[in-house]
Amino acid sequence: MSQELAPAAPPSTQATAVDAAADRQSRIVGLVQRSAALIVLAIALLVGSVMYSQFAEVSNFRNILESRFSLGLIAVGMTFVIISGGIDLSVGSVMAVSAVLTAWSATNYGSVAAVVVPLAVCAVIGLVNGLLIARGRLAPFIVTLATLLGARGLALKITDEGTTKQLVPDDAWVLNLGRADVAGLPVPILFAVAAFLVGFVVLNRTRFGQSVFAVGGSEDAANLMGLPVRRIKVWVYVASAFLAGVAGMLVAARAGTGEVTLGQGIELQAIAAVVIGGTLLTGGSGGLGGTAAGVVLLGVISNLINLSDLPNTYYQGLVSGLFLLVVVVAQTLLARKKRT
Amino acid sequence: MTTTVADPAEVVRPPAPRREVAKAWVRDRGVYVALGLLVLYNVATSEGFLSRANINLNLIQVAVTLIVSLGMAMVIGTEGIDLSVGATMAIAAVLMPDYMGYGLPVAILVAVAAGAVVGLINGLLIAVVGVQPIVATLIMLVTGRAMANVYSNGQLTEIFDPALRTLGTGSTLGVPNTALVALLLTAVVGVVVRRTTFGRRLVAIGGNLEASTLAGLPVRRTLITVYVVSGLLAAIAGVLYTARTGAANPGQIGDLIELAAITAVVVGGTPLSGGRVRILATVAGALLLQIVFATLTRNNVDAGYARIFQAAIIVGAVYLQRDRTAS
Repeated sequence: MSQELAPAAPPSTQATAVDAAADRQSRIVGLVQRSAALIVLAIALLVGSVMYSQFAEVSNFRNILESRFSLGLIAVGMTFVIISGGIDLSVGSVMAVSAVLTAWSATNYGSVAAVVVPLAVCAVIGLVNGLLIARGRLAPFIVTLATLLGARGLALKITDEGTTKQLVPDDAWVLNLGRADVAGLPVPILFAVAAFLVGFVVLNRTRFGQSVFAVGGSEDAANLMGLPVRRIKVWVYVASAFLAGVAGMLVAARAGTGEVTLGQGIELQAIAAVVIGGTLLTGGSGGLGGTAAGVVLLGVISNLINLSDLPNTYYQGLVSGLFLLVVVVAQTLLARKKRT
Repeated sequence: MTTTVADPAEVVRPPAPRREVAKAWVRDRGVYVALGLLVLYNVATSEGFLSRANINLNLIQVAVTLIVSLGMAMVIGTEGIDLSVGATMAIAAVLMPDYMGYGLPVAILVAVAAGAVVGLINGLLIAVVGVQPIVATLIMLVTGRAMANVYSNGQLTEIFDPALRTLGTGSTLGVPNTALVALLLTAVVGVVVRRTTFGRRLVAIGGNLEASTLAGLPVRRTLITVYVVSGLLAAIAGVLYTARTGAANPGQIGDLIELAAITAVVVGGTPLSGGRVRILATVAGALLLQIVFATLTRNNVDAGYARIFQAAIIVGAVYLQRDRTAS
């Protein structure tokens, strides 16, 4: 407990060699944890380029990124949530609500509503999550599992159980958010990149970001330090749902319609990306750089499976699951070593 | 070094004792009262509710959830959670068609053994490696479902076997076979939890892990066994579901059943903080949820609202259970 909060103070003059060795070891452990995803990503890229000629083409990388922008957006929010010591299982359903609402609002009220309505509704869902977790002191996984169900219910309701499919009108500018290119890159990718950049600055350079680390490291200690623990937790869940909302809105803008079934299982992929990126599921430690590497890594793996003859979707789940297993076991063992 | 810091909210305004007593009463007996009221409401408003066909239908539908809930109740009793139960059901289901050639008993045995293996992996990750239960079982949820899909190519496989069909859809003495299996398992789990050393250890570990370790209880072995049992029960549920539907369906089977099982346990008054296992109340919880949905369906409440309603029930039940952790 004290360890995570201990400032990186210079070792006292009486520091023994044992301390220094332990310090070095824990620093190495930390480095491995943070950069493992990047190393594996480099290896995957190398293997891919050697094995498949079409892998290293620009268009292929564009495809990889394009197929993972929603995962990227969601993973940014998930990183904040997990660092704060929580988990958000509702993001897939929230994404579906957003997509369905985007199509519905665009059809009935135009493009402005198609952006504002879904994002507002998703933020409210996040607020409900946050309040139940922070004020109601309920376990994050159970609350967000309940909203997973509830939000999917809402999406079903909006589409009359999936029977009514609203199409975004062809002349609505909201479609550009999904389909246009700016500076040679599709807008959704730019959104994801922006989310990572903003998230990075917020997490590492602001008081709020540091508070998220403090809350995840030790809630009691954060409380005693006078941090507004509850408010911080609420904001984290609002951000997560909001980003899931952005992802859903962009998917709908891309497809021109919203699918009720959108986003099923994406919460697990997002958690996988975050954890593979070196963020600890116990909270208090992690970062967005690793998450970015984790997201791209999952994309590359799925792309490689695609290029091979394996039936994609199922093997992808298997590979990311096994990956997750290895990373979590390694992290747990490393953390144990760190402690002793 | 870890000094317990009192929750400021508790210190500032200690809750009135009478309110606490009332809360405890609702927690412990609420599920039976709610179940009774709901049954009365249905008897009063629906003519067919007490018909044998309707009762059997509800029993068949509740059996699978109930069996999974039994394992979940034990796991939650150890202050754990098992999110992998749905994936375990899927694994059990997809294995069955390939082993039907050796006869039904072999197929069932293989399926159930696979469930035990999933539980064993969960248990080892949690008790030996030291991964949090939610994380370990979440990983098995992802990996297990993917394995089932990879194994079966994501295809639904129909199974034509008279014995399996009888198990899934037949009845004995007017009671559906699946319900009988659920009843039998409930009795077994109830006795194990109440009357065996293992059951007492399980509750002790959930109540206070540190004290149990210091007291020399075989913590690791007990935890591993609990997750293996949960895997076993989930696999049996998978077999019964497959028997009922006559097909192994890797994508659909057990989807979100972890949520239903957790709800049944929590609605039944078991706190998520462990140290308590209430089997009979879990049965009541599962029945309550079943009848709630039967009632919603009968009144043509659409699927969207039904889910939102279920979400509200879960949050409400967990909210009621919550205060025990503060003490």
